[in-house]
Amino acid sequence: MDTSTHSSASSSANSESTNARERAPSGAMSSVSVGNGENRVSKATDKVKLKAEGVNVFYGDTQAINGIDLDIYENEVLAFIGPSGCGKSTFLRCLNRMNDTIDICRVEGKITLDERDIYAPDRDVVLLRAQVGIVFQKPNPFPKSIYENIAYGPRLHGLAKRKAELDDIVESSLRRAGLWDEVKDRLDKPGTGLSGGQQQRLCIARTVAVSPDVILMDEPCSALDPIATAKVEQLIDELSESYTIVMVTHNMQQAARVADRTAFFHMGDLAEVDTTDNIFTNPQDQRTHDYITGRFG
Amino acid sequence: MSNFALIATLLMLMALAYHLGLTRSRAVASSRDVRLHSRPGYYGTLVALWCGLPALVIFLLWSFLAPQLIDTLVTGQLPPELVSGLGDREMQTLMRRISALADGRGVAGGGSPEELAAASHMARLQTLENIALIAVMAVLAVAGLVLARRRISPTWRARNQVERVITFALAASSAVAILTTVGIVLSMLGEALRFFSFIHPADFFFGTVWNPRFSTAGSSGQGEFGLLPLLWGTLMVSAIALLVAIPVGLMTAIYMSEYASPWLRSIAKPIIEILAGIPTIVYGFFALTVIGPFLSMLGDLVGINIRTTSAMTAGIAMGIMIIPFVSSLSDDIITQVPKSLRDGALGLGATKSETIRQVVLPAALPGIVGAFLLAASRAIGETMIVVLAAGNNPVLHANPFEAVSTITVTIVNQLTGDMDFASPQSLVAFALGLTLFVITLGLNVIALVVVRKYRQQYE
Repeated sequence: MDTSTHSSASSSANSESTNARERAPSGAMSSVSVGNGENRVSKATDKVKLKAEGVNVFYGDTQAINGIDLDIYENEVLAFIGPSGCGKSTFLRCLNRMNDTIDICRVEGKITLDERDIYAPDRDVVLLRAQVGIVFQKPNPFPKSIYENIAYGPRLHGLAKRKAELDDIVESSLRRAGLWDEVKDRLDKPGTGLSGGQQQRLCIARTVAVSPDVILMDEPCSALDPIATAKVEQLIDELSESYTIVMVTHNMQQAARVADRTAFFHMGDLAEVDTTDNIFTNPQDQRTHDYITGRFG
Repeated sequence: MSNFALIATLLMLMALAYHLGLTRSRAVASSRDVRLHSRPGYYGTLVALWCGLPALVIFLLWSFLAPQLIDTLVTGQLPPELVSGLGDREMQTLMRRISALADGRGVAGGGSPEELAAASHMARLQTLENIALIAVMAVLAVAGLVLARRRISPTWRARNQVERVITFALAASSAVAILTTVGIVLSMLGEALRFFSFIHPADFFFGTVWNPRFSTAGSSGQGEFGLLPLLWGTLMVSAIALLVAIPVGLMTAIYMSEYASPWLRSIAKPIIEILAGIPTIVYGFFALTVIGPFLSMLGDLVGINIRTTSAMTAGIAMGIMIIPFVSSLSDDIITQVPKSLRDGALGLGATKSETIRQVVLPAALPGIVGAFLLAASRAIGETMIVVLAAGNNPVLHANPFEAVSTITVTIVNQLTGDMDFASPQSLVAFALGLTLFVITLGLNVIALVVVRKYRQQYE
């Protein structure tokens, strides 16, 4: 990709104690301006939201993730990039224990959310997933109406006591996902009848409706056309105001456009994590350099 | 020459034709030093087909038509005094006697001189016919062989032609199955119409009394053929069966597809499917000796008199029988629900059973309904269990602990023992069979439509 269009980081906003961040050089974190001269301002704070320490993941006898340590800060947008099969999706799915649904998958090490171990035996995985929502690669609306798709999560967790409250949640979630104006007249129509991009935003709205702290996105735009992708990217930017967002992407331009920091995965290792700008203009790791200059992957 | 020997000879001739085609095509290829369009085996096959198929077609047509032709010729030759005043049936008997004589089998009481004369005439015609058939087939086979062998050339597209023959053979096989179905329906329809010439359709379809008198001697009417008691019995027994099978089968399916470990599933699924392999007569026996007495014991406990054979007894046994239908089909359909939907619900913080109840089952519902309908049509058509365990009492009543009778049982009753296919007592079986067929066909069609609609959702 053409990295020359990236202007260097300009300083502003919250820059206190960025030094605390591993691998993130001081000053580079606070605000990153990337691609097309568009200026996005990071909303990241310096509070560690999710912390992974020595995480190993095995599928049967095969090790997919090798001892990853990573801090994820509150309200930041963190992108995982790397060649196929490098373990980025696997690691992402560890963060809300979606890997529990795969029988042969085994996770070692420690992951904490707000300093509480999410793999602790007394941890309620159902509540964890309400707190750490996930959006998948392929839009997967339930075969129910648009309204019911959004209302499903709030109903599960008893977030609304009356119909009117539920209506409010549905409307505000759809508004946040930028879908309200497109669907407000057909909330009772099936969610599967929407276009691909609308379906994906519906899934994001569905996740937002349970008010999580963290939203994981597993290649959220890989099944979408460029216009729908642009909408979802804009949405991610807006959501980062109130949520911590971790996304996997195959598309390096996308990482450059939306992420505050970018982590490069390679063959189960976390090769490098840094501000997006640094990753694309001044990678420290040879593998990162080779990947972003198109030598492999 | 017997037909068997004839076909055997033809097959040998085809083998020879294959060989000739093979050697000829090889010779053509090597003498002119060109590439054949197809491999030599295809030329061999094609020559064999040209040799065998036309002769075979003639053979089939001939075997079908020639006896009728001979019958007509013999009948025409019969002296008028023998034929005059004979009805259809006597005429058939006469022709049967003549052909028995012609075959040299002899008939009861020996043949009259006229019959013997006709028989020898028939025997002569048959010999002639046989020789003619052999001659025609031989000419066709040899001509086919020679012509096809001569056509072998590098440009003859033998491979494509063999392909066409294969397509045709496959289509013909399918046609056999389809035509058989149509044939069965038409024959039932024909007989049912004959029944309706005795009994008005309205009396049959809306009659509430089933009392077909078997005494053909008595002139006191033909009895009453009301369908409703039987239909009611059928529906009651089937409904009880479904009430047993649907909850158990569906929950089995959910457990097997969502919760059971692969090890448990590999053992439990075959065992459940064995239930489907148990002969229905064994289920009937089980109902009669175990379920019935058990129910009447329960009745004694609460102080009600429950019969051993009743709609309930038969329904429970039938329900057990169709559990594997419901569970197997539902299992397949539940497994087909994409993992992404489950992940979506789990990712929102739903528990496993919430995911299954609120997302997986609604998504699978149309398919599961299809499974239920297939199970229902199976239950409606079931015979042996109800014969043994339902009590055979064709009366309209609403008590499931009373004996009932079903359409299938009644068909069995009407068609066993002495039969006279001209009486409504026997013919009613066809009307009942047709009714049953229409009901199960309707259920199957609805089930297929529902299942197909479901499939389209995820493809």
